[in-house]
Amino acid sequence: MLINPNEILETIQMVRMEHLDIRTVTMGISLRDCSHPDIEVFNENIYEKITGRAKDLVRTTEEIQSLYGIPIINKRISVTPIAIAAESCTAPDFVSVAKTMDEAAKEAGVDFIGGFSALVHKGVTPGDLKLINSIPEALSCTEKVCSSINVATTKAGINMDAVGLMGNVIKRAAEMTADRDGIGCAKLVVFANAPEDNPFMAGAFHGIGEPECVINVGVSGPGVVNAALRELENPNLTEISETIKKTAFKITRMGEMVGREVSRRLGVEFGILDLSLAPTPAIGDSVAAILEAMGLERCGTHGTTAALALLNDAVKKGGAMASSSVGGLSGAFIPVSEDAGMIEAVEAGALSLEKLEAMTCVCSVGLDMIAVPGDTPASTLSAIIADEMAIGVINKKTTAVRIIPAPGKKVGDSVEFGGLLGLAPVMPVSKFSSEVFVKRGGRIPAPIQSLTN
Amino acid sequence: MTSTRFIITVIGSDRVGIVARVTTVMASFSVNIVDISQTIMQGIFTMIMLAEAPEENFDLAAFQKAMDAEGKSLGVEVKVQHEDVFRFMHRI
Repeated sequence: MLINPNEILETIQMVRMEHLDIRTVTMGISLRDCSHPDIEVFNENIYEKITGRAKDLVRTTEEIQSLYGIPIINKRISVTPIAIAAESCTAPDFVSVAKTMDEAAKEAGVDFIGGFSALVHKGVTPGDLKLINSIPEALSCTEKVCSSINVATTKAGINMDAVGLMGNVIKRAAEMTADRDGIGCAKLVVFANAPEDNPFMAGAFHGIGEPECVINVGVSGPGVVNAALRELENPNLTEISETIKKTAFKITRMGEMVGREVSRRLGVEFGILDLSLAPTPAIGDSVAAILEAMGLERCGTHGTTAALALLNDAVKKGGAMASSSVGGLSGAFIPVSEDAGMIEAVEAGALSLEKLEAMTCVCSVGLDMIAVPGDTPASTLSAIIADEMAIGVINKKTTAVRIIPAPGKKVGDSVEFGGLLGLAPVMPVSKFSSEVFVKRGGRIPAPIQSLTN
Repeated sequence: MTSTRFIITVIGSDRVGIVARVTTVMASFSVNIVDISQTIMQGIFTMIMLAEAPEENFDLAAFQKAMDAEGKSLGVEVKVQHEDVFRFMHRI
């Protein structure tokens, strides 16, 4: 046969049994030409721009899905950070911009739209402040809009004023969506070293160094890696690494092929392929399950950080060979609520917030989709963010916090968001205060690692 | 996408007439078989065909739908996927 039957069956098995899919095709759209002092004109401009650029995105993506027989789960849009595009608007807040983005996303038929964002790692402009203050209401009255704020970079240090502000914004976003378990916070990320070409939500935005319009792709394949590892007979860790590398190569090739074909058909530049293995709540499609396949009784026990480091590095090595346009976050994700194995590990008492923080030192992206008690003080949320930002800044990597102070919930409860966002058990936080530290404000200076010139 | 060649896989429990009925649907869409292999693996019937579709006026969606419907009535799973998937994933 012209193509090896075993290879064909292997591919089919990956899709049928192991949940191989393309997590997202994300179209990045620049809104830099939409600026106007009148926010209504600005909103009209962005609506036209987004719906115009993305009008064939969903149809084309679906055609490619049936052509190749590989599921493409989400179609998404990312836009220029609104704080930049709307800076010249004289309106007191940007809530109407979020509503317009939501309408444009619905018209285009996409699942999410990201870019209700600001980059404030060194300081805050009036437009940034308007955007940040608009976030809680914007996320409570829209469905598809995602928001991200970059508060730290290795080059600039950590803007602790912004970190302090974000603790309050997260609290407020949870309160305003209390009837839906605080889902507003599931659409809000605080970043250090945010990538400009990330296709994954909630952190996607169209960076200022990006072209007019671009296609970025993210894959999902923990189930495939998990199955490949479980087939090995008593492997040592070198063999495990080799198997992950080969599997990551195959998964990434699929993403590369889909991304290039979508770009070609839409006549839009292909941006990047994100190597991250995004888990889903489906059983087995889990990063925790991979770590457990390596021999840990439960994800979160001693050895988890080492196992995750091995996984993340092997995924990158395999993926880098498979695509010439690697970008975005490109590492293993460990979102608690979106990964059935992580949820089980938390519920079994094996995985704590502190261990997750340690794990984020060796993988992308950070403390992701973590529910904490509703009465957690804003200053504690800010301090959790500050810790995570420090890890990113010092290690010259992206880190992020997406945390949900679940309204009215305490440790032992859980919050359910459904779909890809999954279910999050409420995890305990330290009962000791960080308030004085957070309130000091100012900037934690850029580390010595930033002086590379 | 560089060709109009597709890999058609039929997976399910074996019974009389699977090949005949599946290929009849293919013929009605002028889809030609380039290569074919079939085995029984652990009691499961597995047929793989490399097939070539006409370059013009070929309605992939309608073909996939017809093949899927035929598969359902036979109690087997039929998939029609562009050959690039398999080349791209396993070959450099």
